[in-house]
Amino acid sequence: MAQSLELSSQPAPVEAPARGRKGSPWTGLWAVVSKEMADNLSSVRMQILEVLILLTAVGAVYAVMQNVRQTVSQDPFIFLRLFTTARDPFPAFVGFLSFLVPLIAIAISFDAINGEFSRRTMSRVLAQPIYRDALLLGKFLAGLFTLSLVLTAIWLLIMGMGILGLGLPPNGEEVARSLIFLVATIFYGGIWLALGMVFSTVFRQPATAALAGLSVWLFFTIFWSMVTSLLARTLSPVTYGLPEEILRQLQTEQAISRLSPNTLYVEATLGILNPAVRSFGILLPSQLEGAVMGAPLPLAQSVLLMWPQLTGLIAATILLFALAYVLFQRQEIRA
Amino acid sequence: MVDKSTKSASAPPKAATEVVLQAVNLTKRYGAAVAVDNLNLTLTRGEVFGLLGPNGAGKTTTILMLLGLTEPTAGTVRVLGLDPARDPLAVKARVGYLPDSVGFYDELSARENLSYIARLNGLARTAAQQRIRAAIDRMGLSEVIDRPVGTFSRGMRQRLGVAELLLKEPEIIIMDEPTLGLDPEAAQGFLKLIRELKHEGITILLSSHLLHQVQAVCDRVGLFSHGRMMISGAVAELAQRILGGGYRILIEASGDPRAIQSALLALPGVKKVEAAERDHFVIVGDRDLRADAASAIVGVGGSLIGLDVEAPSLDEIYATYFKEATNGAIA
Repeated sequence: MAQSLELSSQPAPVEAPARGRKGSPWTGLWAVVSKEMADNLSSVRMQILEVLILLTAVGAVYAVMQNVRQTVSQDPFIFLRLFTTARDPFPAFVGFLSFLVPLIAIAISFDAINGEFSRRTMSRVLAQPIYRDALLLGKFLAGLFTLSLVLTAIWLLIMGMGILGLGLPPNGEEVARSLIFLVATIFYGGIWLALGMVFSTVFRQPATAALAGLSVWLFFTIFWSMVTSLLARTLSPVTYGLPEEILRQLQTEQAISRLSPNTLYVEATLGILNPAVRSFGILLPSQLEGAVMGAPLPLAQSVLLMWPQLTGLIAATILLFALAYVLFQRQEIRA
Repeated sequence: MVDKSTKSASAPPKAATEVVLQAVNLTKRYGAAVAVDNLNLTLTRGEVFGLLGPNGAGKTTTILMLLGLTEPTAGTVRVLGLDPARDPLAVKARVGYLPDSVGFYDELSARENLSYIARLNGLARTAAQQRIRAAIDRMGLSEVIDRPVGTFSRGMRQRLGVAELLLKEPEIIIMDEPTLGLDPEAAQGFLKLIRELKHEGITILLSSHLLHQVQAVCDRVGLFSHGRMMISGAVAELAQRILGGGYRILIEASGDPRAIQSALLALPGVKKVEAAERDHFVIVGDRDLRADAASAIVGVGGSLIGLDVEAPSLDEIYATYFKEATNGAIA
């Protein structure tokens, strides 16, 4: 991440070109990170959201436990079921996360920058010997660390409850798969964190920034599937009803839907938490040649399958952060 | 000061002074709008300079450029021999800045707010704790050191802001509207503090539009309008230049008004005599002319009822200057 950012703020080594700046842009970074993290963890809004996630985790695990106790001996990936199994009235824990994580991330970041302006602390903090780079990256990292801390705690909780409830330890592959799932979840949160920072830089009112962030989230959660099918029908119309046309339309639809971080996240988690999944979307008979239906993929193959989704999540996080960075660097610091 | 036509002025108060802050042809444009226009400013060590002007005159923009928080469109700045645009960290480590309406993290205590600043300045933990304690004690906030800043009054916040400056042990302090919104007592206390800091050898640049307050503490002032520094110098010097004298003597006397007026006008050192209302006269002179005026009035058979003197005030200099400037007398 640092590589792409340092481009605009290379520390000048010696008396060099007029544009160069002296001193490391990361001076004071850890002071900002530790202060912001302490703020995040002690803030009331974080505590509310933590309780919310905790309740869903306990609820989901409890519901799943009722379901899977009977099949413990047959299922080699019983621990992964804790994350993915839905049982009425509870949706799967993964489903919960896909809309709770954006909420937490936006709650952390929506007032990151404009909050400093409205509290009139911005000019005072920037008058200290630090660059703006350190302030923005510090706030972002603090948000990401907070998110990681909360999610890791919940991951451990679920694993612990699983061990207690099922009476057996998870095997290595289950741990590896669920850890990759954890990383994907953190970067899924990272996207919304960076988006929240963009809005908190653009809008001077924290309330406006929060609303903007939530609207984007709502748009992708509810409306994106409608937009996707509408766009697919316009871009790749089925005129004669040929199989190629139908296939092309489906592919277009899938490509467009993957612009949404939600789709990327759901596919990534599906790929890593469900070893039986060998492809996303449409599966042609030719792709199934020689496959044993329902047989689990090895870990490396599952990772390969969800790799584009995972890198997509990370890339989107970095891109959005870079956008926030550029906007913030250009902003006038007037008290 | 007896010489009426003094135009030279600008005799530096002390010889062989070290220049700590210098701006040359400093300009800042926002699109077509010019916020700061060819500003030239030189501060020597240990002096208090007042940057005066109405709201929106470009004072804050100037300050931000001096700190390297905004890049100048043209011109150069040297602070302690460093360029704030190139080497902002070194500049900001040695310059303290108190913004107007200073803000703190309300949910954190005074101590926590200051330790964040100490960490940003890279101070070691134990040294930082000692300095925080000392700064808080000096500003009289020891009682409330562990209370959240959200409960502080405006005056307390301002003092906490100064405690933060002391923490950094700066060589230059820049204050933007430091007495704005303070009650008269707190403002007086603040001005006293500025004098103390000056005695410690700290150079202070402060901006304000509350002229009478600034007048009391500034060695030199600069009048700022529409991004331009119109005139600068010591207050007495400016009074001499702009008001042509500066001492206003208010007289109440009964008798023949015409005789009194012409007698007053004949006094040496008198610039102007105005007959204000019934039996009231105002003399503008270049020194305290009370005794001369009294004897002049008695001399023409009038009886003196009241006599008062007003020292040259910045407000007046300011008002006169800008009135004349808009009339095109000075430009």
